[in-house]
Amino acid sequence: MSRIDQFIEQWLPIIGESVVQTFQMVGISLFFSVLIGIPLGILIVLTRPGQALENKFIYQITNLIINIVRSVPFIILLFFIIPFTRLIVGTTIGVQGVIVPLVIYTAPYIARLMESALLEVENGVIEAYTAMGISTRAIIWNVLLREARPSIVLGLTISTVSLIGATAMAGMVGAGGLGDLAYRFGHLRYEVDVMYATVVILIILVQSIQSIGNRIAANIKKD
Amino acid sequence: MIELENVSKEFKSKSGIVKAVNQVNIQVNKGEIHGVIGYSGAGKSTLIRCVNLLEQPTEGKVFINGVELTSLPLPKLRETRNKIGMIFQGFNLLKTATVYDNIAIPLKLLGYNKAQVKKRVDQYLEIVGLTDKHTNYPNQLSGGQKQRVAIARALAQEPEVLLSDEATSALDPETTDSILDLLLKINRELGITILLITHEMNVIQKICDHVYVMENGEIVEQNTAINLFTNPTHPTTKKFLNTISQRNLSTSLISQLTVTGAVTRLTFVGESTGKPLLAEVSQKFNVQPNILTANIIELKNGIVGNIVVHLIGDKDQVKNAIHYLDSQGVATEELEGQSHE
Repeated sequence: MSRIDQFIEQWLPIIGESVVQTFQMVGISLFFSVLIGIPLGILIVLTRPGQALENKFIYQITNLIINIVRSVPFIILLFFIIPFTRLIVGTTIGVQGVIVPLVIYTAPYIARLMESALLEVENGVIEAYTAMGISTRAIIWNVLLREARPSIVLGLTISTVSLIGATAMAGMVGAGGLGDLAYRFGHLRYEVDVMYATVVILIILVQSIQSIGNRIAANIKKD
Repeated sequence: MIELENVSKEFKSKSGIVKAVNQVNIQVNKGEIHGVIGYSGAGKSTLIRCVNLLEQPTEGKVFINGVELTSLPLPKLRETRNKIGMIFQGFNLLKTATVYDNIAIPLKLLGYNKAQVKKRVDQYLEIVGLTDKHTNYPNQLSGGQKQRVAIARALAQEPEVLLSDEATSALDPETTDSILDLLLKINRELGITILLITHEMNVIQKICDHVYVMENGEIVEQNTAINLFTNPTHPTTKKFLNTISQRNLSTSLISQLTVTGAVTRLTFVGESTGKPLLAEVSQKFNVQPNILTANIIELKNGIVGNIVVHLIGDKDQVKNAIHYLDSQGVATEELEGQSHE
């Protein structure tokens, strides 16, 4: 019993701090990724051939950029874009320094998930609204995004989980977080208990996010 | 009310240019119901989508209520589209919105205030008979109920014209009838002009004043419903008529029967439906009529009777009998058996 008490007493502040760091990284970068990813997703859907704002050039360029960014593994992206990160936030280390690569990593992912969510919306409904004389902008908001909400929520859930995975590598630039804790103490210093505790926390975290996402999606789906 | 002038629509495909709609002229007067019938791939869907410019015609002009749609800039076109309702085979409702919202959302987007929206939604839900379903979601409704919601959504904008793109094709026969009754009702009570496309002859039979038969992008035959059912001329029209009444006998059967007389199709329409003409024929001439098939088709504007009769007797008597029937306002058509060459 005392061993557990001792463990908690010794590690709780450090684990607590790591949890906060993970939440910070995930929260902030998710916010910006959504801000970039969702409009990007809408853009590639609307500019694809046969859609409302068909534009081959924009469609192919956007597609290409998304594919290029998505080809680079996060750990490489993290270092690859260091000059860019410094330009944007002025530093390349700490939570601040890792937000930029996390956003660049996640936004195209969200854009792709948005794309597939929006393409699921029946074309017929959009056509019905066009036939009623409703503007394209109103259709995007009230038909396309509205009908895609369940899939968008599921997509964001998947992105959040993968974002948590990516933050584990943030330790490389000193941003801390749960993954970093498990690596530094658990792996490098053989504090196996710490590793176990972190893994359990991560499992609970991912589990809850997925359940919440599923629940919200089912709730708006109305099937 | 609806006027298509030499409308054509071409699509580019890998194998070249496809003319989906070719030089089509249609004129629907106010308050009428016109129907375009054709097999799948005939170009009907493209045609009806040309009416509200969901599909931009490659050639020709579209007028609604005298306004040429094909020359309008987009904002004006949108305004005019408000006056053209459209219903679809797949209903095209928002899955994530209640019945009420499905009708209310377009109204809100078109700038009506809350009180107006509520008034209209209630009013048109009542007309389609779904007042008690307003909190349900589309997936909790049957196909017929979904189509009613779609009709209410179209009506709520108080259009002058309703376009129906195979609206009953996904429904069972009974539900089809109830939707057709509803269309007739809104045509009668609200005076809405309807243009519909279908591949089902019973839709034409039940509600259309005027019929166009479409094949390979062209209108191959058009007439009032009564005339078309009485005197079909194009083979495709005849094939469609066969789907609601057995009109054809096998040529081998006809060959057997023509040995003893003539096999004739008699089509009765209007006054002639009331007369016992076959009895008269057998008295006046030395001919014995034997009825092979008979049916009666109730159209929106009248009744058409159809009898295929074997007139047994010698050649001259049969000929005279047929002449007599002709003179009494019955359309006659002698059916021919296999040709022996």
